[in-house]
Amino acid sequence: MLKIKNLHASVEGKKILKGVNLEVNAGEVHAIMGPNGSGKSTLASVIAGKEEFEVTQGSIEFEGEDLDETSPEERAHKGVFLSFQYPVEIPGVSVTNFMKTAINESRKAKGLEDMPAKEMLKLIREKSEMLDIDRKFLSRSLNEGFSGGEKKRNEIFQMAMLEPKLSILDETDSGLDIDALRIVANGVNKLRSADKATILITHYQRLLEYIIPDFVHVIHDGKIVKSGGKELALELEEKGYDWLKQEATV
Amino acid sequence: MDLKDKLISSFMAFENNVDVEHSVHDVRVAAMKNFEIKGFPSKKEENWKYTSLNSLQKTDFSIFPKQENTLEYKDVKKYFIHEIDSYKIVFVDGIYSSYLSETTHDGVDICLMSSALTKPMYKQVIDVYFNKIASKDESLTSLNTAFSREGAYIYIPKNKMPKKPVEILHFATGNEASLLLQPRNLIVVEENAELQVIERHQSLTSNEVLTNSVTEIFAAKSAIVDYYKIQNDNATASLIDNTYIDQKDKSLVKIHSFCFGGKLTRNNLNFYQNGEYIDSTMKGVTILGEKQHVDHHTLVHHKQPNCESHQDYKGIYGENSTGVFNGKIIVDKIAQKTDAFQQNNNILVSDKATINSKPQLEIFADDVKCSHGCTIGQLDNEALFYLQTRGIPEKEARALLMYAFANNVLASVRIPELKTRINKLIAKKLGVNLGFDL
Repeated sequence: MLKIKNLHASVEGKKILKGVNLEVNAGEVHAIMGPNGSGKSTLASVIAGKEEFEVTQGSIEFEGEDLDETSPEERAHKGVFLSFQYPVEIPGVSVTNFMKTAINESRKAKGLEDMPAKEMLKLIREKSEMLDIDRKFLSRSLNEGFSGGEKKRNEIFQMAMLEPKLSILDETDSGLDIDALRIVANGVNKLRSADKATILITHYQRLLEYIIPDFVHVIHDGKIVKSGGKELALELEEKGYDWLKQEATV
Repeated sequence: MDLKDKLISSFMAFENNVDVEHSVHDVRVAAMKNFEIKGFPSKKEENWKYTSLNSLQKTDFSIFPKQENTLEYKDVKKYFIHEIDSYKIVFVDGIYSSYLSETTHDGVDICLMSSALTKPMYKQVIDVYFNKIASKDESLTSLNTAFSREGAYIYIPKNKMPKKPVEILHFATGNEASLLLQPRNLIVVEENAELQVIERHQSLTSNEVLTNSVTEIFAAKSAIVDYYKIQNDNATASLIDNTYIDQKDKSLVKIHSFCFGGKLTRNNLNFYQNGEYIDSTMKGVTILGEKQHVDHHTLVHHKQPNCESHQDYKGIYGENSTGVFNGKIIVDKIAQKTDAFQQNNNILVSDKATINSKPQLEIFADDVKCSHGCTIGQLDNEALFYLQTRGIPEKEARALLMYAFANNVLASVRIPELKTRINKLIAKKLGVNLGFDL
């Protein structure tokens, strides 16, 4: 589904990604771990198409198509979704209206008519029930005054509504207490399927107790320095990142 | 002949058509004298530093329309908030249109300034209120006072509230190549009474129009006044709005200015707090493009203790548009426990757009809370990226963010149909159809 080859990216002349290789297939869950400043959030933003990052070398292919020169919204229409570490507040626009706009813009891009209101309501009801989201929550302004947990749950709700093929969750666990984490993880697990893939970006192993990955990669200084199964996460939890940094320098 | 000379000589012709024996005429004559001395304000004056009236003074404006012009309701319906029932005071080229209006004397007076200035039954109110809060010093206000004859007259007696909001509309038909309009409004809301007003000036052609309007609002003890100004005129229409508000104990006056278009718009809002526990609120949304210019000049004079004032102005400036926000707050020594809040946030969406924002605080009391803040910035790229990753194209994403930026000013609009209309105007102004009604 996703093929990243020798990806180099920089922002304002500063090199952040220095040759990332990664392949993600349908049905898989990959975890990308690494210390602060290693480039893991940058990787997420570059896949989603953030224009501030310049891809200087290498390529990102999504379902056989090179994503170079593709805008973030076009990537979204193709089925790429990024859950933000810090979701943006939009006062005056309700969660429901925001989702209507997002879904209908995607449909418009595919040459489809707007989703009929009845169908939209049904979809909203179905997905909000699945994620235990209160109906009142949906009429509130997007992310405005939301707690950390509410924001993250709202990100997963958006993911459920948009049904992306590839979901990238950037530090979804940060700032969540254990109950909120469990709710969010449950949501992600319910949305797992054989034709979808997920990339979890995280600093801590904690999230991976709730969402079990098929593969774990460690990123350091802009490169993936080690890959393995879910047991690699436990090893990192035990030993920290320092041994990998040393291994990488050697 | 320049505009000033033309106005001075027109005053003699004007005097042939009004009752020079009426006490109001002494007020007019004194005002004319002041205008003769001061003339039009120039950019050398601090208050007019960023707004030039030079090009307007070179235009050969007609001072009095030559003929009465009529309009069909269906042609101008869209400028009314026609979704609701309202009283209407409508002027076409400065002349009252009884056909388009709906006035009343049923417990309240919602009618014409020309009646109030001539009929004996209104003389008492006129003597007490006319030109009492308007500046006798400011030259454009004096110019309006000198030619004051027509406009809206609203008198709400104690404990009354009109059954519906009042719309004041001024249409310019373009039958004159260029037309000067000088409406004069007097609004008196007595103790514990309440009023809602929606005011709009609309030019219907590309012929030049300059409106120099003066509105006096008197809010007595515990009175509530909600005033909405819709300024969405075309590129050849200019408006100088001078509004003076006198507030007594516990009164609440809110003025919303929605400024979406016009060649030059100058809003002078002057609040005088002559009592305690008063609340004065000013809110504004400005969205401009092309070469449009707006200048928001506000004044709140806190003259008594325990009062509040709130100002919240949001501006979005595109293309070559220019904006000014100048917010002056005076707190007299006696006005302890004043709570004055002022905020002006701006987004520049073009490299060529300009905004000059200036808070001006003169505080002579020592136990007060005064806060002010001003920001000028661009749209947040991270927020834009967020919306794009949800599949919303850049143009729509920008519009949504601008809407969100201006939105909190709309929260205090108390007429839902008006709020819907403003939302639609904003969406149209931002050039988007977001797939739902904002």
